[in-house]
Amino acid sequence: MENYLVSIVVSIVTGVLARAYMMKIDHRQYPSYPQGFLSHITLGVIAASLGAVAVPALATKEFGAVTFLALAAQQFRDVRNMERQSLDNIEPTELVPRGTAYIEDIAKAFEARNYMVMITSLLTSISMNILKYFKLNSQLQITAGLIVGFTTMMILKGFLTRQLIEEIAEVRPGKIEFDGPLLKVNGVIIMNIGLKASRKIYEERGIAVEIVPNDMNASATLSNIGQRQAIQHQAATQLGIRKDIDEPDFTPLVRRNPHNGNLVMALIAMHPDQDLLIEVINKTPVLETCRRKPREANIKPS
Amino acid sequence: MDIGIKENILAIITLNKNVSSATAPIFYVDTKEEQEETALLIAKITLGMVHDLRNGIYVVVKH
Repeated sequence: MENYLVSIVVSIVTGVLARAYMMKIDHRQYPSYPQGFLSHITLGVIAASLGAVAVPALATKEFGAVTFLALAAQQFRDVRNMERQSLDNIEPTELVPRGTAYIEDIAKAFEARNYMVMITSLLTSISMNILKYFKLNSQLQITAGLIVGFTTMMILKGFLTRQLIEEIAEVRPGKIEFDGPLLKVNGVIIMNIGLKASRKIYEERGIAVEIVPNDMNASATLSNIGQRQAIQHQAATQLGIRKDIDEPDFTPLVRRNPHNGNLVMALIAMHPDQDLLIEVINKTPVLETCRRKPREANIKPS
Repeated sequence: MDIGIKENILAIITLNKNVSSATAPIFYVDTKEEQEETALLIAKITLGMVHDLRNGIYVVVKH
Protein backbone atom coordinates (compact mmCIF):
# COMPACT_ATOMS: atom_id res chain seq x y z
CA MET A 1 0.00 0.00 0.00
CA GLU A 2 2.96 2.39 0.64
CA ASN A 3 3.44 2.74 -3.11
CA TYR A 4 0.06 4.38 -3.30
CA LEU A 5 0.47 6.74 -0.37
CA VAL A 6 1.07 9.81 -2.55
CA SER A 7 -2.00 9.22 -4.71
CA ILE A 8 -4.18 8.58 -1.65
CA VAL A 9 -3.07 11.75 0.10
CA VAL A 10 -3.45 13.95 -2.99
CA SER A 11 -6.90 12.48 -3.74
CA ILE A 12 -8.12 13.08 -0.21
CA VAL A 13 -6.87 16.67 -0.37
CA THR A 14 -8.66 17.41 -3.66
CA GLY A 15 -11.82 15.72 -2.34
CA VAL A 16 -11.89 17.78 0.84
CA LEU A 17 -11.16 20.94 -1.13
CA ALA A 18 -14.12 20.08 -3.36
CA ARG A 19 -16.37 19.84 -0.30
CA ALA A 20 -15.08 23.11 1.09
CA TYR A 21 -15.57 24.75 -2.31
CA MET A 22 -19.28 23.80 -2.25
CA MET A 23 -19.72 24.94 1.34
CA LYS A 24 -21.28 28.36 1.34
CA ILE A 25 -21.92 29.91 4.73
CA ASP A 26 -24.19 32.74 3.65
CA HIS A 27 -27.33 34.56 4.73
CA ARG A 28 -29.23 31.27 4.82
CA GLN A 29 -26.96 30.06 7.60
CA TYR A 30 -27.25 26.58 6.26
CA PRO A 31 -25.18 24.49 6.87
CA SER A 32 -25.02 26.09 10.27
CA TYR A 33 -21.72 27.23 11.72
CA PRO A 34 -19.72 25.85 13.56
CA GLN A 35 -21.30 22.44 14.33
CA GLY A 36 -22.97 21.77 11.00
CA PHE A 37 -19.86 22.97 9.21
CA LEU A 38 -17.62 20.55 11.09
CA SER A 39 -19.87 17.54 10.56
CA HIS A 40 -20.06 18.21 6.82
CA ILE A 41 -16.31 18.66 6.47
CA THR A 42 -15.80 15.41 8.39
CA LEU A 43 -18.23 13.58 6.12
CA GLY A 44 -16.34 15.12 3.22
CA VAL A 45 -13.07 13.67 4.52
CA ILE A 46 -14.67 10.21 4.77
CA ALA A 47 -16.15 10.48 1.26
CA ALA A 48 -12.78 11.64 -0.10
CA SER A 49 -10.95 8.73 1.50
CA LEU A 50 -13.44 6.30 -0.01
CA GLY A 51 -12.78 7.69 -3.47
CA ALA A 52 -9.04 7.79 -2.83
CA VAL A 53 -8.53 4.17 -1.73
CA ALA A 54 -10.76 2.53 -4.35
CA VAL A 55 -8.10 2.28 -7.07
CA PRO A 56 -5.22 1.19 -4.78
CA ALA A 57 -7.50 -1.43 -3.18
CA LEU A 58 -8.30 -2.91 -6.58
CA ALA A 59 -4.69 -2.68 -7.76
CA THR A 60 -3.39 -4.61 -4.75
CA LYS A 61 -6.16 -7.21 -5.26
CA GLU A 62 -7.82 -6.34 -1.95
CA PHE A 63 -11.27 -7.29 -3.12
CA GLY A 64 -12.55 -7.48 0.45
CA ALA A 65 -11.72 -3.80 0.83
CA VAL A 66 -13.79 -2.98 -2.25
CA THR A 67 -16.82 -4.63 -0.67
CA PHE A 68 -16.36 -2.46 2.38
CA LEU A 69 -16.22 0.58 0.11
CA ALA A 70 -19.64 -0.27 -1.28
CA LEU A 71 -20.91 -0.69 2.25
CA ALA A 72 -19.52 2.68 3.29
CA ALA A 73 -21.02 4.37 0.24
CA GLN A 74 -24.42 3.27 1.49
CA GLN A 75 -23.89 5.47 4.54
CA PHE A 76 -23.99 8.56 2.39
CA ARG A 77 -27.55 7.87 1.45
CA ASP A 78 -28.29 8.64 5.08
CA VAL A 79 -26.95 12.16 4.67
CA ARG A 80 -30.14 13.13 2.90
CA ASN A 81 -32.22 11.64 5.68
CA MET A 82 -30.19 13.37 8.34
CA GLU A 83 -30.53 16.79 6.69
CA ARG A 84 -34.22 16.32 6.05
CA GLN A 85 -34.90 15.32 9.64
CA SER A 86 -32.98 18.19 11.13
CA LEU A 87 -34.69 20.75 8.86
CA ASP A 88 -38.08 19.17 9.53
CA ASN A 89 -37.45 19.45 13.25
CA ILE A 90 -36.75 23.16 13.14
CA GLU A 91 -39.54 23.88 10.64
CA PRO A 92 -42.21 24.65 13.30
CA THR A 93 -39.92 27.29 14.76
CA GLU A 94 -39.78 29.31 11.54
CA LEU A 95 -42.13 32.30 11.28
CA VAL A 96 -42.36 31.71 7.54
CA PRO A 97 -41.77 27.99 6.92
CA ARG A 98 -39.37 26.77 4.26
CA GLY A 99 -41.84 24.19 3.02
CA THR A 100 -41.20 20.50 2.45
CA ALA A 101 -40.12 20.97 -1.17
CA TYR A 102 -37.35 23.37 -0.20
CA ILE A 103 -36.22 21.04 2.60
CA GLU A 104 -36.11 18.10 0.20
CA ASP A 105 -34.11 20.19 -2.24
CA ILE A 106 -31.54 21.16 0.40
CA ALA A 107 -31.28 17.54 1.60
CA LYS A 108 -30.70 16.32 -1.95
CA ALA A 109 -28.06 18.97 -2.52
CA PHE A 110 -26.11 17.81 0.53
CA GLU A 111 -26.24 14.19 -0.58
CA ALA A 112 -25.11 15.12 -4.10
CA ARG A 113 -22.18 17.12 -2.72
CA ASN A 114 -20.82 14.06 -0.95
CA TYR A 115 -20.98 12.11 -4.20
CA MET A 116 -19.24 15.02 -5.87
CA VAL A 117 -16.40 14.68 -3.35
CA MET A 118 -16.19 10.95 -4.05
CA ILE A 119 -16.07 11.46 -7.82
CA THR A 120 -13.43 14.19 -7.51
CA SER A 121 -11.08 12.09 -5.39
CA LEU A 122 -11.75 8.96 -7.47
CA LEU A 123 -10.84 10.71 -10.74
CA THR A 124 -7.77 12.28 -9.12
CA SER A 125 -6.68 8.86 -7.91
CA ILE A 126 -7.32 7.22 -11.30
CA SER A 127 -5.33 9.85 -13.19
CA MET A 128 -2.39 9.60 -10.79
CA ASN A 129 -2.35 5.82 -10.95
CA ILE A 130 -2.42 5.83 -14.75
CA LEU A 131 0.71 7.99 -14.77
CA LYS A 132 2.22 5.71 -12.14
CA TYR A 133 1.52 2.74 -14.38
CA PHE A 134 3.52 4.42 -17.14
CA LYS A 135 6.31 4.96 -14.57
CA LEU A 136 6.27 8.77 -14.69
CA ASN A 137 7.85 10.54 -11.72
CA SER A 138 5.82 11.46 -8.64
CA GLN A 139 5.97 15.24 -9.18
CA LEU A 140 4.31 14.78 -12.55
CA GLN A 141 1.76 12.47 -10.95
CA ILE A 142 0.88 15.04 -8.28
CA THR A 143 0.57 17.85 -10.84
CA ALA A 144 -1.68 15.73 -13.07
CA GLY A 145 -3.76 14.66 -10.05
CA LEU A 146 -4.29 18.24 -8.92
CA ILE A 147 -5.21 19.40 -12.44
CA VAL A 148 -7.73 16.59 -12.90
CA GLY A 149 -9.11 17.15 -9.38
CA PHE A 150 -9.64 20.88 -9.83
CA THR A 151 -11.13 20.46 -13.31
CA THR A 152 -13.61 17.87 -12.01
CA MET A 153 -14.46 20.20 -9.15
CA MET A 154 -15.20 23.09 -11.52
CA ILE A 155 -17.26 20.97 -13.89
CA LEU A 156 -19.31 19.39 -11.10
CA LYS A 157 -19.84 22.74 -9.42
CA GLY A 158 -21.24 24.14 -12.67
CA PHE A 159 -23.33 21.02 -13.06
CA LEU A 160 -24.78 21.23 -9.55
CA THR A 161 -25.54 24.97 -9.61
CA ARG A 162 -29.26 25.54 -9.54
CA GLN A 163 -31.23 27.79 -11.83
CA LEU A 164 -32.47 31.04 -10.36
CA ILE A 165 -35.90 32.64 -10.67
CA GLU A 166 -34.41 35.44 -12.79
CA GLU A 167 -33.57 32.88 -15.48
CA ILE A 168 -37.17 31.74 -15.88
CA ALA A 169 -39.22 34.82 -15.02
CA GLU A 170 -39.28 38.56 -14.79
CA VAL A 171 -39.94 40.18 -11.40
CA ARG A 172 -41.73 43.53 -11.46
CA PRO A 173 -42.93 45.87 -8.73
CA GLY A 174 -46.58 45.40 -7.83
CA LYS A 175 -49.23 47.73 -6.47
CA ILE A 176 -51.14 47.01 -3.24
CA GLU A 177 -54.80 47.98 -3.16
CA PHE A 178 -57.82 47.12 -1.03
CA ASP A 179 -61.31 46.21 -2.15
CA GLY A 180 -63.10 46.42 1.18
CA PRO A 181 -61.26 43.82 3.29
CA LEU A 182 -59.68 42.08 0.28
CA LEU A 183 -55.98 42.64 -0.18
CA LYS A 184 -55.09 42.77 -3.87
CA VAL A 185 -51.85 43.09 -5.74
CA ASN A 186 -52.19 44.18 -9.38
CA GLY A 187 -55.82 43.06 -9.27
CA VAL A 188 -55.20 39.56 -7.88
CA ILE A 189 -56.88 38.81 -4.55
CA ILE A 190 -54.42 37.60 -1.91
CA MET A 191 -56.45 37.41 1.30
CA ASN A 192 -59.21 38.83 3.40
CA ILE A 193 -57.92 41.12 6.13
CA GLY A 194 -60.63 42.03 8.60
CA LEU A 195 -58.83 44.42 10.91
CA LYS A 196 -58.61 48.06 9.85
CA ALA A 197 -55.33 48.50 11.73
CA SER A 198 -53.68 45.72 9.68
CA ARG A 199 -54.99 47.17 6.42
CA LYS A 200 -53.52 50.54 7.38
CA ILE A 201 -50.10 48.96 7.93
CA TYR A 202 -50.30 47.31 4.50
CA GLU A 203 -51.16 50.64 2.89
CA GLU A 204 -48.34 52.45 4.67
CA ARG A 205 -45.48 49.95 4.61
CA GLY A 206 -46.44 47.16 2.26
CA ILE A 207 -44.29 46.30 -0.74
CA ALA A 208 -45.41 43.98 -3.51
CA VAL A 209 -44.11 42.22 -6.57
CA GLU A 210 -45.48 40.48 -9.61
CA ILE A 211 -43.54 37.53 -11.06
CA VAL A 212 -44.12 37.07 -14.78
CA PRO A 213 -42.99 33.66 -16.11
CA ASN A 214 -41.11 33.69 -19.43
CA ASP A 215 -42.87 30.70 -20.97
CA MET A 216 -45.22 27.80 -20.33
CA ASN A 217 -42.53 25.74 -18.63
CA ALA A 218 -41.72 28.53 -16.21
CA SER A 219 -45.41 29.05 -15.53
CA ALA A 220 -45.85 25.39 -14.56
CA THR A 221 -42.75 25.50 -12.34
CA LEU A 222 -43.84 28.68 -10.58
CA SER A 223 -47.34 27.38 -9.93
CA ASN A 224 -45.89 24.69 -7.67
CA ILE A 225 -46.72 25.36 -4.05
CA GLY A 226 -43.28 24.27 -2.84
CA GLN A 227 -41.63 26.78 -5.16
CA ARG A 228 -43.94 29.51 -3.89
CA GLN A 229 -43.14 28.66 -0.28
CA ALA A 230 -39.45 28.91 -1.09
CA ILE A 231 -40.01 32.41 -2.51
CA GLN A 232 -41.97 33.45 0.59
CA HIS A 233 -39.31 32.08 2.89
CA GLN A 234 -36.42 33.73 1.07
CA ALA A 235 -38.18 37.11 0.95
CA ALA A 236 -39.16 36.96 4.61
CA THR A 237 -35.76 35.89 5.92
CA GLN A 238 -33.72 38.31 3.87
CA LEU A 239 -35.81 41.45 4.25
CA GLY A 240 -36.73 40.71 7.84
CA ILE A 241 -40.39 40.18 8.46
CA ARG A 242 -42.59 42.45 10.55
CA LYS A 243 -44.71 39.72 12.03
CA ASP A 244 -45.08 37.84 15.25
CA ILE A 245 -46.62 34.48 15.90
CA ASP A 246 -50.02 36.04 16.77
CA GLU A 247 -50.19 38.18 13.62
CA PRO A 248 -51.18 35.93 10.74
CA ASP A 249 -52.34 39.06 8.88
CA PHE A 250 -48.74 39.77 7.87
CA THR A 251 -47.83 36.34 6.57
CA PRO A 252 -46.45 36.79 3.05
CA LEU A 253 -48.50 34.75 0.60
CA VAL A 254 -47.68 34.12 -3.04
CA ARG A 255 -50.88 33.90 -5.05
CA ARG A 256 -51.37 32.98 -8.69
CA ASN A 257 -53.36 34.85 -11.27
CA PRO A 258 -55.40 32.00 -12.78
CA HIS A 259 -55.81 33.83 -16.10
CA ASN A 260 -52.16 34.20 -17.05
CA GLY A 261 -50.11 32.27 -14.48
CA ASN A 262 -48.42 35.35 -13.00
CA LEU A 263 -47.56 35.24 -9.31
CA VAL A 264 -48.09 38.11 -6.90
CA MET A 265 -46.89 38.65 -3.36
CA ALA A 266 -47.27 41.37 -0.75
CA LEU A 267 -44.85 41.68 2.14
CA ILE A 268 -44.56 43.78 5.27
CA ALA A 269 -40.83 43.91 5.79
CA MET A 270 -38.82 45.37 8.64
CA HIS A 271 -37.12 47.57 6.08
CA PRO A 272 -39.47 48.09 3.15
CA ASP A 273 -37.19 48.19 0.12
CA GLN A 274 -38.83 47.41 -3.20
CA ASP A 275 -35.61 46.96 -5.17
CA LEU A 276 -34.13 44.66 -2.55
CA LEU A 277 -37.26 42.48 -2.61
CA ILE A 278 -37.03 42.15 -6.40
CA GLU A 279 -33.34 41.26 -6.12
CA VAL A 280 -34.00 38.64 -3.44
CA ILE A 281 -36.72 36.96 -5.51
CA ASN A 282 -34.51 37.05 -8.60
CA LYS A 283 -31.85 35.15 -6.67
CA THR A 284 -34.21 32.52 -5.22
CA PRO A 285 -33.26 29.05 -6.50
CA VAL A 286 -35.63 27.15 -8.75
CA LEU A 287 -36.22 23.94 -6.79
CA GLU A 288 -35.24 20.80 -8.62
CA THR A 289 -38.28 18.95 -7.31
CA CYS A 290 -40.65 21.67 -8.55
CA ARG A 291 -39.30 22.03 -12.06
CA ARG A 292 -41.76 21.09 -14.78
CA LYS A 293 -41.32 21.15 -18.54
CA PRO A 294 -44.71 20.47 -20.07
CA ARG A 295 -43.56 22.05 -23.33
CA GLU A 296 -40.97 19.33 -23.85
CA ALA A 297 -43.43 16.47 -23.65
CA ASN A 298 -43.49 16.08 -27.44
CA ILE A 299 -47.23 15.76 -27.55
CA LYS A 300 -48.58 17.07 -30.82
CA PRO A 301 -52.21 17.96 -31.38
CA SER A 302 -53.76 15.32 -33.63
CA MET B 1 -45.84 17.28 16.50
CA ASP B 2 -48.64 19.79 16.87
CA ILE B 3 -52.08 18.57 15.93
CA GLY B 4 -55.02 20.92 15.61
CA ILE B 5 -57.94 21.89 13.46
CA LYS B 6 -57.18 24.44 10.77
CA GLU B 7 -59.28 26.55 8.40
CA ASN B 8 -62.08 26.51 10.93
CA ILE B 9 -64.24 29.38 12.17
CA LEU B 10 -63.41 29.88 15.85
CA ALA B 11 -65.64 32.82 16.66
CA ILE B 12 -68.21 35.12 15.10
CA ILE B 13 -68.28 38.78 16.09
CA THR B 14 -71.39 40.52 14.88
CA LEU B 15 -73.46 43.68 15.13
CA ASN B 16 -76.54 41.81 13.94
CA LYS B 17 -78.44 40.21 16.84
CA ASN B 18 -80.25 37.80 14.51
CA VAL B 19 -77.11 35.82 13.67
CA SER B 20 -77.07 32.34 15.17
CA SER B 21 -74.61 29.48 15.01
CA ALA B 22 -74.54 25.88 16.10
CA THR B 23 -70.77 25.48 16.26
CA ALA B 24 -68.82 28.70 16.70
CA PRO B 25 -69.38 31.02 19.67
CA ILE B 26 -71.01 34.34 18.78
CA PHE B 27 -70.01 37.66 20.34
CA TYR B 28 -72.67 40.34 19.97
CA VAL B 29 -71.32 43.89 19.96
CA ASP B 30 -72.96 47.29 19.69
CA THR B 31 -70.53 49.43 17.74
CA LYS B 32 -68.02 49.00 14.87
CA GLU B 33 -65.18 50.02 17.20
CA GLU B 34 -66.16 47.43 19.76
CA GLN B 35 -66.34 44.84 16.97
CA GLU B 36 -62.76 45.61 15.85
CA GLU B 37 -61.53 45.53 19.42
CA THR B 38 -63.26 42.23 20.32
CA ALA B 39 -62.16 40.59 17.08
CA LEU B 40 -58.55 41.67 17.68
CA LEU B 41 -58.57 40.35 21.24
CA ILE B 42 -60.03 36.97 20.25
CA ALA B 43 -57.59 36.68 17.35
CA LYS B 44 -54.64 37.34 19.68
CA ILE B 45 -55.86 34.70 22.14
CA THR B 46 -56.50 32.01 19.54
CA LEU B 47 -53.62 32.96 17.17
CA GLY B 48 -56.31 33.18 14.51
CA MET B 49 -56.93 35.73 11.80
CA VAL B 50 -59.83 38.17 11.51
CA HIS B 51 -61.84 38.15 8.29
CA ASP B 52 -64.53 40.62 7.34
CA LEU B 53 -67.60 39.15 5.65
CA ARG B 54 -68.75 42.66 4.64
CA ASN B 55 -72.23 42.21 6.14
CA GLY B 56 -71.35 43.43 9.60
CA ILE B 57 -69.96 40.05 10.59
CA TYR B 58 -66.34 39.37 11.49
CA VAL B 59 -65.10 35.81 11.83
CA VAL B 60 -61.90 34.57 13.44
CA VAL B 61 -60.33 31.70 11.54
CA LYS B 62 -57.30 29.65 12.44
CA HIS B 63 -55.04 29.05 9.45
